Amino acid sequence: MIKRIVTSVLVTVLFSTASIAQNNNQGGDSTIAGIEKYRQALADANPAELWEARGEEMWKQPAGPKNASFEKCDLGLGAGVVKGVYAILPKYFADTDKVQDLESRLVTCMGELQGIAAADATKVVFGSSGVKTDMEALVAYVAGESRNLPIKVSLAHPKEKMAYEVGKKMFFYRGGTHDFGCVTCHGADNSRIRLQDLPNLSKKEPAQRAYSTWPAYRVSQGEVRSFQWRLFDCFRQQRFPQLAFGSEGSVALTMFLAYNANGGALNAPAIKR
Amino acid sequence: MNKTRRAVLQSSSGFSVMALAAANGLFTSNAFAQAAAAAGKPVAEWNKAAFDTKSLQATATALGGGTAVESRDIIISAPDIAEDGRVVPLNVTSKLAKTEAIAILVEKNPNALAANFAIPEGTEPFVKTAVKMGQSSNIHALVKADGKYYFATREVKVTLGGCGG
Amino acid sequence: MAYPMKIRASMMGDKVVVKALITHDMETGLAKDSSGKTIPAWFIQQLIGSHNGKTIFNAQFGPSVSKNPSLEFRFSGGKVGEKVKLTWIDNKGETRSDEKEIA
Repeated sequence: MIKRIVTSVLVTVLFSTASIAQNNNQGGDSTIAGIEKYRQALADANPAELWEARGEEMWKQPAGPKNASFEKCDLGLGAGVVKGVYAILPKYFADTDKVQDLESRLVTCMGELQGIAAADATKVVFGSSGVKTDMEALVAYVAGESRNLPIKVSLAHPKEKMAYEVGKKMFFYRGGTHDFGCVTCHGADNSRIRLQDLPNLSKKEPAQRAYSTWPAYRVSQGEVRSFQWRLFDCFRQQRFPQLAFGSEGSVALTMFLAYNANGGALNAPAIKR
Repeated sequence: MNKTRRAVLQSSSGFSVMALAAANGLFTSNAFAQAAAAAGKPVAEWNKAAFDTKSLQATATALGGGTAVESRDIIISAPDIAEDGRVVPLNVTSKLAKTEAIAILVEKNPNALAANFAIPEGTEPFVKTAVKMGQSSNIHALVKADGKYYFATREVKVTLGGCGG
Repeated sequence: MAYPMKIRASMMGDKVVVKALITHDMETGLAKDSSGKTIPAWFIQQLIGSHNGKTIFNAQFGPSVSKNPSLEFRFSGGKVGEKVKLTWIDNKGETRSDEKEIA
């Protein structure tokens, strides 16, 4: 039994190491060109539009114990303004005295306006077969309303600066059973997992390309995934403790990545493998 | 679906299907039958026999045809490599005169037939959709034209992607 | 509950191009959930498109059409402002109809 566990851990470690290969193999060009064509074909019919439509409906629809819509929700550019907000989030909000990303701010609006307790609002935030979430629909809608706008995240407020610094620390922090960190996969050029390129998120251009395409419809899951999900799943892959949805840490890491992507044009919700 | 209802569906007109659906309390099915009837189309039964087939020729037979013949007048447009087999976007164009239907098959899927599109008069012999592929495989387009069956084949390789960027 | 389809219908020369996205899990009946239980098959079986009371599209799907299906087809005889209607039904008898004006 113990032997089997040891073997399986070994296999996992070997696999992790081997699979983050350097992308310098000969003859891979046609494969890469082929995959690029596949991605273009995917983009032609992006089911994320279904989430956007659902989110827009939800935004206007009164809900919760207070029977209120989101139309008075302030996402950073004033009550009810949706256009452009995704480009400036995360940001500091005086009413909560916190730096918030889109997802955590939506939870605030659900609480303040609709009377839905945070615990209920965050109970199911990741959809699966037969389960559609309000959160992913709202995120798709709000992000879609900032399409083509440049990312413009500010560190003017001391708490915004603090969030960025904490996020940076988290990005480079290695730990856990595999001595893993964000930086293991996203700190060098030309890395990949299987055929998937891993963006070097410490560099501007790859950071822009990555951040600007979240949230995204994942064809491997058949769901729109939020940036909170992206971080949640990276933490799982690192064998870190579960990242709490909308937590200060998750927002800080988002702030670090968003700020690094400043200037990039948003193209979300995108469609990805 | 019980056997009695299936038998009735196979033999009856759209009207009696609707009546039966209503009698069974299947209001949802009723709504579909009404939509079909409004479009001048009696509701056909889903062709289970065809969707259970495992090969191109078996599908052609189950759809009521004879041996399908390879044709250069059918064009399958699909990526050579799919990064994920769950969504393989593709389209099929038939240049065969009197194209009546276009079916899409994935040879190595548990069941070969993915979808069958009737092409009514006035509709172009073209269809675009996305299918699942369990592994690298041939894709076939099986076209019914002027009562006969023709096919074309294209290979699509399926890779295993990483974490999706 | 079935969600609305996203339909686009636009003129391309004298033809109408219809594009549709449908919210549906398209479960094959072969997949298992996280507890190891088989997820029962649940997929759209038929889809009808109509315009001015005439069938312009009629499809039968098996479970290997991708989750959240996308579709595109083209027909002649349509004009700007007229409506295209799509209706689907799945193997549980659930159905959904949506209309879209040709732009």
